[in-house]
Amino acid sequence: MCLAIPGRVIEIDGDQAEVEIGGIIRRASLALCPPVRVGQYVLLHAGFAIQVVDEEEAQETLRLLQEIGDIGEIS
Amino acid sequence: MKLVSEFRDPQLAAHLIKAMYRTSRRAVSLMEVCGTHTVAISKNGLRQMIPSPISLLSGPGCPVCVTSNRDLDKAIAVARQPGVILATFGDMMRVPGSYSSLSKERAEGCDVRVVYSTMDALRIAEANPHQKVVFYGVGFETTSPTIAASILEAKKRGITNYLVLSVHKLIPPAMKALLDSPELNLHGFICPGHVSVIIGSRPYQFISEQYHLPCVISGFEPLDILQSILMLVQALETGQAAVHIQYRRGVREEGNPVALRTLDQVFEVGDAEWRGLGLIPESGLKIRRKYRSWDAEEFLDLDVPAPRKAPGCLCGDILRGIKNPFDCPLFGGKCTPESPVGPCMVSSEGTCAAYYRYERYRVQDEDRGRRGEVPQLKPAG
Repeated sequence: MCLAIPGRVIEIDGDQAEVEIGGIIRRASLALCPPVRVGQYVLLHAGFAIQVVDEEEAQETLRLLQEIGDIGEIS
Repeated sequence: MKLVSEFRDPQLAAHLIKAMYRTSRRAVSLMEVCGTHTVAISKNGLRQMIPSPISLLSGPGCPVCVTSNRDLDKAIAVARQPGVILATFGDMMRVPGSYSSLSKERAEGCDVRVVYSTMDALRIAEANPHQKVVFYGVGFETTSPTIAASILEAKKRGITNYLVLSVHKLIPPAMKALLDSPELNLHGFICPGHVSVIIGSRPYQFISEQYHLPCVISGFEPLDILQSILMLVQALETGQAAVHIQYRRGVREEGNPVALRTLDQVFEVGDAEWRGLGLIPESGLKIRRKYRSWDAEEFLDLDVPAPRKAPGCLCGDILRGIKNPFDCPLFGGKCTPESPVGPCMVSSEGTCAAYYRYERYRVQDEDRGRRGEVPQLKPAG
């Protein structure tokens, strides 16, 4: 029940947005979401955007994971 | 899909598992609190990939599963009231209460509707002004702000036939109740990612400060979970007990202030009854008096029979992490997803449902392996 899926905001109209998830467009409420811009990703849960996804942090996590692999290959 | 598929890379997963084998020195039990994590672990076979000294226990983080029979019976009593449309999330439909389920009640003629969002329930209320639409609000901190938002929206739009029956629960008090129980020997928590999107990392501080256990807030993709397990193992091997965020792309230390403000506006903390854990003080959410016009408890005079527990069902012990589904005599026989006895077999996030769907053959094969039998492949065609 606590599932939330990342989707890209493609249009904002007041506190409503259209969010694209894997090619499907869904309408979502922005009533619970911190400020967001078109093009950013949000986590969608039960018809509400509940957070803006920090894409830099996502890249940083992937970089860290790659680093763990590199250390493993050296040692 | 962006921000999903990158976190499913098998090569990076192999790196993480190798790092775990290099780091893991002793037997540890880690609890994944959230049902969505339980499903991801079972579905991706993570339990079989990690070093065997690391045990993963499922916790009380499936909101459908921890809803008590008393609260299920109450929703059923509401659905039976004349002039009521009961709206709820799909997961709740087939959960057996003491005597019935919402699905059975609908078959008997009650107006019970499945909605994807509280906003759908509001639309039903607008379209049916002469009926009361009661939203059965089940969920943790991820979901409860969406219910709070619907009450604020109902007030704004003057919708007076929309009511909420709130059985919302809070995760950190349940974790405290588990830690205070002498029956569980835990070494660390994989904390729920989407609950933490809302509440942030601070509400778990008491676990590291008072109980000296490490916590890692995890995302839901295989790499997220594997990295979180590695972080916990590293913390345990170096004797550190702190709260760390692995799911940094979604979770901030302070959580989501907009959602927290909305939640606090509409709800106040109250006691709640949990299946398996009993009554936990200040672990639930009640609608504030200011919004009592939308509180179903204020309007419905319900005659609810005393709750009854299904004989033999171990859901309560499974939710506390002291039993696993294979310990239950009903698992896979009397209790299956098609004919569930307990809620853990009904919910898509239930531990029993996850084990049944993804892990039951593994255990059968392991048993056969122990007996020296070699599984035979059927010839093609």
